[in-house]
Amino acid sequence: MKGLVALASGFIFALGLGLSGMTQPHIVRGFLDVFGAWDWRLLGVMGGAIGIHSITYRLILKRPSPILDTKFQLPTKKDIDLRLISGSILFGLGWGWAGICPGPGLVGMLSGNIVFIYFIGSMLLGMKVFQMIEHKFGSKT
Amino acid sequence: MIQVLGGVIIGLAATMMLLFNGRVTGISGIVGGLLNPKTSDKNWRVLFLVGLILGGAFLKLLHGEIFTVISSATPFDYVIAGFFVGCGTLMGNGCTSGHGVCGISRFSVRSMIATITFILSGIMSIIMFKLLRGGL
Repeated sequence: MKGLVALASGFIFALGLGLSGMTQPHIVRGFLDVFGAWDWRLLGVMGGAIGIHSITYRLILKRPSPILDTKFQLPTKKDIDLRLISGSILFGLGWGWAGICPGPGLVGMLSGNIVFIYFIGSMLLGMKVFQMIEHKFGSKT
Repeated sequence: MIQVLGGVIIGLAATMMLLFNGRVTGISGIVGGLLNPKTSDKNWRVLFLVGLILGGAFLKLLHGEIFTVISSATPFDYVIAGFFVGCGTLMGNGCTSGHGVCGISRFSVRSMIATITFILSGIMSIIMFKLLRGGL
């Protein structure tokens, strides 16, 4: 049952990303091109997603547990450290360069447009390399 | 505005995952967890990603034009960018979905800082790209 929910959630998430324009790199890059021909439309995506989820999140957490599991597993980290900032800078550089972030990249995997495959293949490699470095130097996760 | 509707649908997908499974829909975290041999809960991660990719295939059948890439970026640019995104999202523990949608919805200061940082660095990336290539 939990697997079915995950499958449906992924499917619906993909529809939202597609409708909002996130699978179109020129729209994403237009949003980040604030000193050029700024396309502010993606603010609507953030507004819509956060607007709904910030309300449902609070309603859901009134429950003692999720419907299909014994407890909520939410991120617990609060630290604002060099790791958070450096990682976010690296992510932003790649995001702007391609106009693709992880979700839309995966949504585009079967679109027939090869750039999504290049992007995701390389993203997986980048993740693996980071995990190996992290493992080797034993940095806290 | 279609973007708001798209955003609401994304928010509902995140809501569904939290309500039933008690999980956050941070896409880089879900993928990173699959690549880590120590992760024990791989099933829901695989199925979420299968749903995401199948959703993309469904969109392709309905509206193939939403996968049109208008850009002067070369294949090599996507490879480099993908690598940065892979390293960066695991280092910073999140991307647009995990920090930008789920984290900000929880009013997490950490996620707000991360989101502001990657948007500013995305803006910097666009400036650099335009300087180097003369356009997007």
